[in-house]
Formats: sequence, C-alpha cells, structure tokens
Amino acid sequence: MSANASSATVSGPPNTTALPLKTQLRRAERLKKLKYGALIAPLALFLLLTFLWPIGALLMRSVENPEVPEALPQTLHALAGWDRQALPGDAVFAALVADLTENKGSRTLAVAAKRLNMEEPGFRSLFMNSARKMPLEPGVAPRQALLEMDPQWGELATWQLIARNGRAYTDYFLLAALDMYRDGAGDITQADPLSSIFVDIFARTFWMSLIVTIWCLALGYPVAYLLATQSSRVSNLLMIFVLLPFWTSILVRVAAWIVLLQQGGLINMGLISLGIIDQPLQLVFNRIGVYIAMVHILLPFMILPLYSVMKGISPTYLRAAVSLGCPPFRSYWKVYFPMTVPGVAAGGLLVFIIAMGYYITPALLGSPKEQMASYFVAFYTNETTNWGMAAALSAVLLVATMILYFVYNRLVGSASSGAKPR
Amino acid sequence: MIPAYASLPERIWYYVFRIGCGLILLFLVIPILVIIPLSFNSDSFLIYPMSGFSLRWYEEFFFSDTWIHALKNSLIVAPFATLLAMVFGTLASIGLTRVDFPGKALVTAILISPMVVPVVIVGVATYLVFAPIGLSGSYLGLILVHAALGVPFVVTTVSATLQGFDYNLVRAAASLGANPLTAFFRVTLPLVAPGVISGGLFAFGISFDEVVVTLFLASPEQTTLPRQMFSGIRENISPAIAAVATILTLFAVLMLLALEWLRGRSERLRSGG
Repeated sequence: MSANASSATVSGPPNTTALPLKTQLRRAERLKKLKYGALIAPLALFLLLTFLWPIGALLMRSVENPEVPEALPQTLHALAGWDRQALPGDAVFAALVADLTENKGSRTLAVAAKRLNMEEPGFRSLFMNSARKMPLEPGVAPRQALLEMDPQWGELATWQLIARNGRAYTDYFLLAALDMYRDGAGDITQADPLSSIFVDIFARTFWMSLIVTIWCLALGYPVAYLLATQSSRVSNLLMIFVLLPFWTSILVRVAAWIVLLQQGGLINMGLISLGIIDQPLQLVFNRIGVYIAMVHILLPFMILPLYSVMKGISPTYLRAAVSLGCPPFRSYWKVYFPMTVPGVAAGGLLVFIIAMGYYITPALLGSPKEQMASYFVAFYTNETTNWGMAAALSAVLLVATMILYFVYNRLVGSASSGAKPR
Repeated sequence: MIPAYASLPERIWYYVFRIGCGLILLFLVIPILVIIPLSFNSDSFLIYPMSGFSLRWYEEFFFSDTWIHALKNSLIVAPFATLLAMVFGTLASIGLTRVDFPGKALVTAILISPMVVPVVIVGVATYLVFAPIGLSGSYLGLILVHAALGVPFVVTTVSATLQGFDYNLVRAAASLGANPLTAFFRVTLPLVAPGVISGGLFAFGISFDEVVVTLFLASPEQTTLPRQMFSGIRENISPAIAAVATILTLFAVLMLLALEWLRGRSERLRSGG
C-alpha cells in the first residue's frame, strides 16, 4: 500500500542517486497491483482445478473420438488416401483382418465396436462376430473371407463409416446434439424428423424457461413495487415472505407442492368442496406442476433485483407526472416503468438462466415430456454412459447459458449480482 | 395511504393491487407452511384432514441410521465447503475491489460463473475428471465442488460490503505502525465481517441444499440430507419427508434471522452508531 511509497520518500532528503518521484510512484503502484493481484490468485487457482478444468475436460469429450484409431490402426493407415467413392482395395481388407486378429477379444475392439454401433446399429455384432472368426486359415484371401462372413463388409457405407471415424476428433456428437449428421460423402445433413429429438428438447427447455420467466415477471413486478413503496418497517416485514422461501431447501418446496397438488391434495379438495370441479384434476407430474413449482422457486430471484432497482427510484417523478396532468396509469407506464427496465432485464435474465439449467424440479414433478436439457445430460451419463453425447448436449446448453450470462453481465455489471438479497 | 381526492377507479385499483400482492405473497409462503402440520400426522398419508397428533415421524428421522448418517454428512461437507469458499472468496474480493487491471471484468465474470453454469454440467464434469484421480466418492471431492459453487455468493456479498469500506482506515492503521496483516485482522476484517459472514451463510445454504453434484459425485457413504430427501421424494413420499422438511424450514428461519441481524449490525456500523 502507500506505506512503501512513503517510507521511500521520507527516508532522507532527496539526493541525486534516488530515482525520480515519478518512477518511484509507478513502482509503488505496480507493487500494489501485484500484491492485490496475488489475493485473487488462490481463488482463481482453486476454481481452475475444481471447476474450469472439469468443464473443459467435459467439453473436450464432445469432440474426442479415440476409439476407432486405437482399435484399427493398420486399417486406417491402409485407408489413407482412399477416395470414399468405391470399395477399398485388398490391402485394406488385409489390414482389417490383421487388426481384428490382433485385438480379438480385447476391450479396445469392444469399445470401438460400441462407438460405431452408435452411428450405425448392427456394427457391434458385425465387428464382434468377424473378430471371433479370427485368425484366418493360412492361405485364405482376407477380402474373400470377410465378404463370406458378412456381406456388410462389401458395402461402401461400412467403409465410409470407418474412414469417417479414423481421426482422433469428430464433430459427430455436436452435430447429433443439433439433430444433424454427416452422410456417407461427409456432408452435413439434417436428420430425418422421426429421429430428431434434441432440437425439440432444447426448444422445450427454452420455451419452458420463457414461460416461467414471464410468470415470475408478472407476479414479481407488483410485489417488488409494493415492497419498494412501503415504509421500511412494513417492507421489512413483507420481505420475510420473499426471503423465507428463498432460504428454504428446494426439495422442501418440491415436496410441499406434491402434497398440495396431488389428487387428494388441498387444492383439489378445495376446488371440489367449492363445487368448481367434481373430479380431481391432474396437477402434478405434468407441465402444470413443473410450472407452478418453478415459478415458486424462482420468484424471489425476480423480486430481489426488481426491488433493489425500484428502491432507487424517487416517487417524486411519478408525482410530477401526475401533477402535470398525466393520468395515473399512463404515468406509471410512461414514467415509472421505463426506469425499472434495468431491473426487469436483470431479474428476467437471471430467472431465465437459472431455469434453463433446471433438473431436480422437472425430474421430481414432471412426466418424461417435461424433462429439460439437463435431464438428458444426466441420462447419457448415468444410463448409457455415452460421454460424447452427454458432453455435446452440455456444450450446447453451456453456450446458450454463457451468451445470456454475457448479456446479463453487460446489463448488471459484474460486481453486483441479482441473487443477493437487498 | 390512499389520498382523499382519489377517484373511484383509483380506489378500486388500490385495493385490487393490494389484494393481488397479498395473494402472491401467500403463494410464496403457504406451500412451506402447509407441509409442517402434516409432519405431526399419526397416519402415514400426506393428506388433510389429519387423523391425529403424533411425533412418530420425527422419531423415524432421529432413530433412522440412513437419515442421521445423511445429516451427519451434510454437517461435515457444508462447514468445510463454507470455510474454503469464505477464505478464497474474501481474499479475492479484497483484491478485486482494490486494483484495476485489463480483463478484470472477465476475471470477475469467471469467478461468478459457478452460479450460472447448469449444475448438472458441473456434476457430470467433476465426476468425469475426479473419478480417475480417486476424488469421486470421497468427502474431499464433494467439499471442493460445493466450495466452488459457494464462491460466487461470497465474492458478490463481500465485494458489495467493501464498496462502502473506507480504505483511509487501513492507511491510518499503517501510519500508526500496524503491519498489513495486523491492519487486516484488527481493522479491515471486523468492519467487513458482516459481509463475510453473510457470504458464508449463503455458501453454507448452497452446500446444505445441493443435490445434483452430490448425485453424481458422492457414493452412498457420502449421501447428504438433500440427496436422501431426493430419493425419499422419488421413491415413497411419506410424512417422514414432511418431518425432514419441517426441520429444514426451521433451519432456513434461523439462517434468515442470522442474516437480518447481520444486516442490521452492518447498517448501524455504517451509520456510525
């Protein structure tokens, strides 16, 4: 801090050998920067190891494709320079037989077969059955032998698929996450609508987040306004209604909504006893239940930033507008609302960003039709151990989140965050 | 208050607005309150009307090995994660508020990013990287990732507190002969303590309520309270869940009270009272 600069300057009368004051100041300034920069370093290093590195490694998984090169090195070497227009030559068949013989029964081959099976069902058995018949009798021509084992070896598409996966990196998973694939010639093609699922899932994730954000805004705006315009005693009291759910475990709230919304729950009972319905409504394990619980969980994230913006708006603006003859509702819309737009944007983006990554609430309160992108990341990790697909879906979700986060940061400024109460 | 000259539509709007806001505020708290009485139900159904009063579900919680084990795990993981997040987060906040350097906005955005990255991605990614080095299925791995998730909350709260901090106080301490460490512990820390502790409470709350990373990273041995509750809700939602929910709600109330007290304290300090 300034201690360094002052100790240097008070150490004695200025003499000719001392550095000019300007240099000393600059040096002290640089030292200060270094010292305070060093305070950031431990956290930066910590996050690098526990957060950034894992995410980087996961994203790499979406393009890594080591399985086939590891299992079929000779085949790929022989395939180098192949034009992919006609069946490859005898040398390639011989190389494949050599690879299959070498890796017969190994994990490497099984993994590669599984990898190719992802793109073309049937490849696992093609590889495993052919490998089982290795080694060939001496003197048998490899090409002839393979074609006799399975006519699929005589198809151009088989070899195109192997060649396409010959490099250590692939765009297969990322394209699949966007419902696209490379055809035999290697051109990017739209998947046919029947097998397209991921674009729909991302659209659903986006749409559900949007609906939740709009509801949060519609419910949160008036409440934030009420809180911002009351005396601090009243508003502190009412704030408890916002902060208590904010601090209550998400699982408690999910459990509470199941209790309230179930067939024999309070809401259905109430509606029946009021004579509004005579059969219990299905309110949970469908879209309605997910929306209600998500709005309930995310509403404080909307109210708090809105409140902090509204708190800073002087009521005199509104009074001035009214005293100048503007009707009350019109002056709200023309004078007050525009001043709250930063809060609307901050709260809206925050809610939208958090909603996009939701997993627990749809998993516990929704049917399969309500599952969002996060669910499928978890699905490919847990159920099928397809790391490439899990990583590619993560990558798409992460890019969408980061774009919104960037916009949010621009609007709010990085130091202050909407998630902080008051 | 509503002015005497208000027109009829204005009066109607005044009441409609207030009733609407009241309903929204009730929407926020009623679900949490509704589940509490059910935890005292003598029946094993989570349905009103209750059949009788009983403490059997609390008994089930406190005498069940699974629940107590989960509670114990939460009480191991959350404090350590909080401590890590508090120390790293506070140091970084001081650094960030005191110097400007090119790319500072980017660095800050990265330090805050664990708050916005979908938590499933964090869970899958840390599992992928931690499993080969033996950190998955370990307390240490869980603590490290929970700490990373808590860091943004510490950084934002402490930075906000430091915005109003007068650095002349540190200069005064230095000029009176305090070395930087003494000045930090005797001057800076006591004044920003409310911010540091609020940030810590946030970090604790994040870890104490974290399910998704735990789902991926923890083995059954590290099952935490929310993780156990997640399987409870998924498999068989019984009043035992309501009992746990009641205990967790009570915990939330305590956190809220602690934060309110801290906020009041820091406001008094700032106004020089």
